[in-house]
Amino acid sequence: MNTHSHTEEQDATNAYQSLAETVGHDDPRWAFGSGVEDVQAEITSPVPDGVDAGELAQYCLMLGDDALICSHRLSEWVSNAPELEEDVALANIALDLLGQARVLLARAGHVEGGQRDEDALAYLRTEAEFHNVALAELGDGLDFARAIARLLLFSTWRLALLQRLLGSRDPVLAAVAGKGVKEVAYHRDHAARWTVRLGDGTPESHRRMQAALEGVWPYVGELFRTSDVERSLAASGVAVDPADVRDEVDAVLDEVLAAATLTRPQRPAIGTIGGRGGRQGLHTEQLGHVLAEMQSLARQHPGATW
Amino acid sequence: MDALEARFEETIAADQRIEPRDWMPEAYRRTLIRQIAQHAHSEIIGMQPEGNWILRAPSLRRKAILLAKVQDEAGHGLYLYSAAETLGVDREELTEKLIESKQKYSSIFNYPTLSYADIGVIGWLVDGAAICNQVPLCRCSYGPYARAMVRICKEESFHQRQGYELLLAMVHGTIAQREMVQESVDRWWWPSLMMFGPPDADSPNSAQSMAWGIKRHTNDELRQRFVDMTVPQAAALGVTLPDPGLRWNDERGAHDYTQPDWDEFKAVLAGSGPCNAQRLAHRRRAHEDGAWVREAAQAYAEKQAARRLKETAA
Repeated sequence: MNTHSHTEEQDATNAYQSLAETVGHDDPRWAFGSGVEDVQAEITSPVPDGVDAGELAQYCLMLGDDALICSHRLSEWVSNAPELEEDVALANIALDLLGQARVLLARAGHVEGGQRDEDALAYLRTEAEFHNVALAELGDGLDFARAIARLLLFSTWRLALLQRLLGSRDPVLAAVAGKGVKEVAYHRDHAARWTVRLGDGTPESHRRMQAALEGVWPYVGELFRTSDVERSLAASGVAVDPADVRDEVDAVLDEVLAAATLTRPQRPAIGTIGGRGGRQGLHTEQLGHVLAEMQSLARQHPGATW
Repeated sequence: MDALEARFEETIAADQRIEPRDWMPEAYRRTLIRQIAQHAHSEIIGMQPEGNWILRAPSLRRKAILLAKVQDEAGHGLYLYSAAETLGVDREELTEKLIESKQKYSSIFNYPTLSYADIGVIGWLVDGAAICNQVPLCRCSYGPYARAMVRICKEESFHQRQGYELLLAMVHGTIAQREMVQESVDRWWWPSLMMFGPPDADSPNSAQSMAWGIKRHTNDELRQRFVDMTVPQAAALGVTLPDPGLRWNDERGAHDYTQPDWDEFKAVLAGSGPCNAQRLAHRRRAHEDGAWVREAAQAYAEKQAARRLKETAA
């Protein structure tokens, strides 16, 4: 054994030897990728004047659930992506959205009275208590074109919302938007590049990408359907009326689809049941399966901390 | 011995680095390709047992940590395939060898992850054993491999701390959580010991690798170091390592321990582990399902290059 670099090696293994002294949440890097620490202090900010706390909580759940459920679907790709770079990229996008979800859920829990934390909200609500849009929950059956089609629509829409939330009167929404705009701009760019590569790649990839767009397009209509909560909070300068971002989203999509030599699908939008959709807790058949998986372990151990 | 070979031997003797453009004996190149590829494959296959719990992680913080960890493993696979590429092979070729079972990956990933405690125990014991194996590789004689390992070791030690921290939280939790940790330690202890490879007497390639400065310590030396480090950590966690023969030996200044079941090790290596077929089938499916995407990316890049050429001409 060479002794001259022995010291260097001992140093490197020291981290290992000091494990036993390690204590839980002392190192901010331990929740890296989540972004929660950045805005932790603001989660407890007071509800802005004249704003209904129940409505604000519900709005935070809408945006938080969109991110959480979409992150879950993206996580399904880990170890399944077409190339390693894509495993890294999709996991990265899933992590960004998970980080956004954690702050938004924590804010919702605080605003509604502080009884439920991010985990109680993620793991102990039933389907009807989730407020995400259907687009977030759709399974893609490990069809990469479907994953890209959904990400393109979702991130184009979410970026348009977040850009307007930069000026929200709620400091937490404004902070989430501040960080989220940069993240989601990257997600949209990533999805747009793949849409172009697949659309203008081989005849097979063109066919698959077009089919994927046809599959997700019926869920676009819901993205611009304004709920009562959104209407009320938009009026008080807290939320965005999603109907207002439609033109911008359409323009971006048209540009991407043209560059990708793809055709904008003409598909009827999925309708509501008695006027209710995702924002009102009425979901597709798929959300129940997502929650069954996501919540299974947490529900098996009530009261446990991890 | 010709001049090139003499220069190679001098570099090794002086404990200096061999770089991609330096002359090297074919056997040295082959050994490195095999080892780096095997290491890269291990990172990629290793995403599966941990990925098994991402969707079910019991808190959002744990989910973020696990997702980031598995993402790091994909990143490690990328650095390592790049290091292998400096030796004149390409990633596609190595991936084909993996899915055709012509190259191996670490046998540990042929064991299943059956509870969330396994996520902690993989961090603590499996990443811990990997660190013992990998820290000396930061001084490996082949430059690109050594440099990749410096980066990887930093992240591995972080992963290991996270695993240990999860276990600390669980042993201070409910009775069910404590039992889950002990059951997981019972399952992973022996496979972790196997990660250092067969006993020195049965390790035919070790001597040459040590002479070349690819390997720095024998399998048994590293295994002993791992056992000695792990014992106090197990005590701090309050878990029992499942070896009745484990005790401090004053004379040796080290712990005596029982050898793992080397027949099981050979069986897993030969393909009879609980998850060998599953892991390879998963990797093969992901690779084959992604073929049309890689072809599209290639076709698009070629079209773009042709368009640029046309623009320049016009």
